[in-house]
Amino acid sequence: MPLLVSDLPTSNICNVNIAVCVKQVPDSWAEKKMVAGVLDRESAEAVLNDLDEYAVEEALRIVEAHGGNGDAGPHKITVISMGPSRATDAARKALSMGADSAIVVTDGALAGSDAIATSRVLAKVITDGNFDLVICGTESTDARMSVVPAMIAQRLNWASLTFAGSLVVAPDTGDISITRVTESGVDLIKAKLPAVVSVIEKINEPRYPSFKGIMAAKKKVMDVRDLASLSLDANTVGIVGAWSVVEDAVARPARSAGIKVVDEGNAGNALVEFLVEKKLI
Amino acid sequence: MSEVVILAQFVDGKIAKASLELIAFGARAGSVTALVLAEVGAGPALAGQLNVGSVSEVLVLESADFAKHGVAAAAEAIASVVSEKKPAALLISSSAFGKEVAGCVAVSTDSGIITDAVDFSAELRATQLVFGGSTTVHSRITHGCSIITLRPNSIAPDMAPATPQISIKQMSVGDLAKLALTVSTQPPVTGGRPDLTEAQYIVSGGRGTNGDFGPVEALADALGAAVGASRAATDAGWYPHSLQVGQTGKTVSPQLYVACGISGAIQHRAGMQTSKTIVAINKDPDAPIFELADFGVVGDLFAVLPQVTDGVRARKS
Ligand SMILES: Cc1cc2nc3c(=O)[nH]c(=O)nc-3n(C[C@H](O)[C@H](O)[C@H](O)COP(=O)(O)OP(=O)(O)OC[C@H]3O[C@@H](n4cnc5c(N)ncnc54)[C@H](O)[C@@H]3O)c2cc1C
Ligand SMILES: Nc1ncnc2c1ncn2[C@@H]1O[C@H](COP(=O)(O)O)[C@@H](O)[C@H]1O
Repeated sequence: MPLLVSDLPTSNICNVNIAVCVKQVPDSWAEKKMVAGVLDRESAEAVLNDLDEYAVEEALRIVEAHGGNGDAGPHKITVISMGPSRATDAARKALSMGADSAIVVTDGALAGSDAIATSRVLAKVITDGNFDLVICGTESTDARMSVVPAMIAQRLNWASLTFAGSLVVAPDTGDISITRVTESGVDLIKAKLPAVVSVIEKINEPRYPSFKGIMAAKKKVMDVRDLASLSLDANTVGIVGAWSVVEDAVARPARSAGIKVVDEGNAGNALVEFLVEKKLI
Repeated sequence: MSEVVILAQFVDGKIAKASLELIAFGARAGSVTALVLAEVGAGPALAGQLNVGSVSEVLVLESADFAKHGVAAAAEAIASVVSEKKPAALLISSSAFGKEVAGCVAVSTDSGIITDAVDFSAELRATQLVFGGSTTVHSRITHGCSIITLRPNSIAPDMAPATPQISIKQMSVGDLAKLALTVSTQPPVTGGRPDLTEAQYIVSGGRGTNGDFGPVEALADALGAAVGASRAATDAGWYPHSLQVGQTGKTVSPQLYVACGISGAIQHRAGMQTSKTIVAINKDPDAPIFELADFGVVGDLFAVLPQVTDGVRARKS
């Protein structure tokens, strides 16, 4: 007999313990370059990955709809980030939006980690943390793989509900549902907690941290951990543990602007001539 | 000879062009096995379409679980094939589904993964264009099966006839792949135009259309192009999200990309800047989109587009 979601045991979760995975990335506008096959993160200004702000916002909206977090209510939001030591800045921004505490995994051995290793580390932190729900962005603007959330779910053996354009969680029954929005269409997907969700940028409009939020964030717990404290083997992460190697990275000639005409009634025809010349029509 | 497994996918029961491209890539590195995940009873009709390129084997797994349990069910089925056959490589088309499935199979089979490659060599080397197409990266997987997702439109499919050996098996997935249930599915709206990721020509509209995509669609139809949209246009509800081009929409690289009333924000460029030829029509001479345009028109799209459409129609008739 196929197992249906309705056959699954009721989770009876009342206080939702949410983890939000946020990544610090080089500013999208900054020039990126590779050094020895690895993205040179030091040269560009680092920011909280755009899409992860939507993940933080969604976590806040879930708890606010069910009584709140922090002083306001029973739920908890923990920000988790893996990265260089300054990744605490990205985590701090999430705290200033309203999350309760942060765990930042940083260790020299993590440099050059691929998605496999990243998901291994994040899954370990989540396993150690007694969470019910993990919310991620759909994509980091630097790696652009959109695989980490599904990999985390796979490692935890939790339900994976990714590319959420909307999300509904019922803390009392543990029911969770999303609309999955991808190029293949729109799917309605249901599961029971615990689950991993990734959100698309259509899901909400992230709030700006208030002055009060920024001040409060300075006093929130920032738990910085290294690999040893996670009992993870340094050989399974970083450059050594990466199962793909970059053989070379070559800058391509920058795309240069071509012909530009100002329309004085005839630019459309000039464009048609251009298309003919390029053998496009 | 080593074996390469490709995931064959279908759109409305027809083999996707992107899957035919995978066959052409796979043939470079070994004998190609096309893996088909089908609804119960649908196998034979799908397998029959894989008598092309150099497919030597078609393996169809039929299960009612694929429609109900999406990525998790597909990943479990594919992982079982990878564990059994130990192919040198597993090739899947880059899409939200394809990349997630590849990621889950990588985790469960202890394999490395490379996503969004645009080329794949006999030596199992993948080529990626990163940082908005500004850098070419060659990489290789060093552990387990080489799991690589390839962007559509990266190679010409080989349509030479072949006579693969076909086997069809029924299966069901384990409980861990059934934790999430797909309750309903609404296919994307295409308006009868070519699929965005496979299209050779794309005409896109942005906030500058002010909600009137008529002139954009007219040019698209004259060119036989797909229609795309910027996020400003999909946010406004003028066009569906499934047709959004950009960082959080689709990544496209057609022969021709025409951006109409689109400013060229970095998130939009991330999805289209590897297009072969880029044309921009924008009122603002300082719009950043002009930095990438091979041909830029500074003008009102409502005046320029109809003239272009008429010109294209005249040339084609
Ligand atoms: C996390 C995140 C993800 C994002 N993902 C994407 C994405 O996937 N895709 C995407 O596109 N954007 C994305 N964006 C949004 C992006 O930053 C821009 O806001 C968006 O691309 C702007 O769309 P636009 O160019 O249509 O609108 P605008 O920037 O408002 O530009 C409209 C242009 O139209 C021109 N115009 C106006 N009227 C006319 C006319 N009559 N004729 C000719 N030209 C005219 C104007 O001069 C202007 O240049 C993302 C943003 C974030 C933060
Ligand atoms: N180093 C990291 N630390 C925390 N979260 C991450 C990290 N890398 C990826 N993620 C999460 O996974 C999502 C998808 O990332 P990616 O698969 O790299 O495109 C991001 O939006 C984050 O939520």
